[in-house]
Amino acid sequence: MVDSSLPRPRSADVRSSTLVGVLIGIAIMAAVDEIVFHQLLAWHHFYDRSTPSVALLSDGLLHAAELIILVGGFFWFADLRRRRALSNRLAWGGFLLGAGGFQVFDGVVDHKVLRLHQIRYGVHLLPYDVLWIASGAVLLLVGAAVVWWARSRRPGDGPR
Amino acid sequence: MTVAGPLAHAGHGAAGPTWFPLFPVALLAVGYVLAAVRDPRGWDHRRTASWLVGCALLAVAVGPLAQLPDNPSGHMAQHLLLGMLAPLGLVLAAPVTLLLRVAPPPVRRAVGRLLRARPLHLLAHPFTAALLTTGGLALVLLTPLYAAAERQPVLHHAVHLHYLAAGYLFAWSLAGPDPAPRRPGLAVRIGALLVASAGHAALAKYLYAQAETLPPGLTDRDPEAFRSAAQLMYYGGDLAELLLAAALFATWYHSRRPRPTPSPLIKRFASPEGDSLTQTP
Repeated sequence: MVDSSLPRPRSADVRSSTLVGVLIGIAIMAAVDEIVFHQLLAWHHFYDRSTPSVALLSDGLLHAAELIILVGGFFWFADLRRRRALSNRLAWGGFLLGAGGFQVFDGVVDHKVLRLHQIRYGVHLLPYDVLWIASGAVLLLVGAAVVWWARSRRPGDGPR
Repeated sequence: MTVAGPLAHAGHGAAGPTWFPLFPVALLAVGYVLAAVRDPRGWDHRRTASWLVGCALLAVAVGPLAQLPDNPSGHMAQHLLLGMLAPLGLVLAAPVTLLLRVAPPPVRRAVGRLLRARPLHLLAHPFTAALLTTGGLALVLLTPLYAAAERQPVLHHAVHLHYLAAGYLFAWSLAGPDPAPRRPGLAVRIGALLVASAGHAALAKYLYAQAETLPPGLTDRDPEAFRSAAQLMYYGGDLAELLLAAALFATWYHSRRPRPTPSPLIKRFASPEGDSLTQTP
C-alpha cells in the first residue's frame, strides 16, 4: 500500500527513456545536417530548382517537426530527470538509434526518393551516398546494441 | 491600437512615413507598467520585462523599419517582428491576468463573460489561429494584396494590425500564463504549431522559387531582393517556431511539476479504504 503511493518512481521508465533519446538523436542529427552541410559547407542548396511543390511542403513539415522535436525532447528529458525516471544508458542508446535512423532516412528518402536535394553538386554522387547511408546504418546498429545491452542488464540495477 | 491606421494615414503622403504608430505602442507600454505598479498583490517583474520587450519589438517594427526605403526584406522583418516575435513577448506578460487583478469589478465581469464566449473559443482555437496567421500571410504574398498595400497606406496598416492580432491570438492559443478556457490538449497545440510552421517554411521557399512572378501585380520588381526576403522569412520563421515551442513546452513542464505531497499520516486518514482507519501505527 505504501509502495503504490510513492510520489516519485525510483525505477527508470524504460520506454520513455529510450524514446526521449531517439527524439533528441533525430533532432540533433537534423540540426547538424542543417548547420554543417547547408550553412558551413554550403554543399546542399537552400532550394533545388528541380524540387516539385509537393516535396517542398513535405520538406517544410519535416523541418518544422525537427525543431518541435528538439525543444519538446529536451523538456521531456528534463521532466523524466525531475521524476527520477530516466535511465542514462537507455537514453544514450536511443540517441544513437535516432541519429542513425535520421541519417539513413535522409539519405534514402530525402535525397533519393523525394529528390529534395543532393549531398553535393557537380561531383560523382555514388561514393557520397554510400558513405552517408553506411555511416547512418553503423550509428543505428550501435544504438540498437546499446539499448539491447541496457535492457538486458536492468534486473541487476546498477548505477544509471 | 486601432488609432494607428488613421493617424498614420493622416501623416502619410508628401512627408513620407511618420512616427505616429509609435504612440499607441508607447501607450501600451505605459498602461501596462501603471497597472503593474497598482497591483495590490505585487506583479512579477519578469512579466513586466516580457511586455516591455514585446513593446520594444513593436516599436522597432513600426518606427525605424518603417523609415527605410521600400524593400522586400524590410517588409519581411516587419512581418516577423509584428506577427511572430512581439506577440510572444506580449502573451508571456499575461496582460489579461493583470487586467483582472487591477480593473474595477464591472470590467472584470465583462472580461470573464468574454472569456467564456463560444465565438472566442472558436476564434482562439490553435488551428483557427494558425490559419489566420499563416493563411493571412499567404493571402498577402500570393495575391495582388501586397501590391495594393504598397500603394494604400490604410491597407498597409490594416495588414500590419492583422499580423499583430493574429500572431497574438496564435501565441495565446498555444502557451502562456493567461486564462485560456477550453484550451485544447498538448497534442492539438503541437499539431497546430507544426502546421503553421510548415506552411510558413514552405511559403518562404515557394516565394524564393517564384521570385520572378510573386507577389503578383508589382510594377517594378527586383527578384533578387525578394529572394533574400524569402530567406529572411525562412530563418526568421525558424526562430519564431523555436521560441513558440519553448513557450509551449515550458507551460507543459510547469503544469507537471510535482506538488508537495501530504504526509503519509494524513494520506492514511484521507484514504477511502476502511481498513486503513482501523490500523494503528
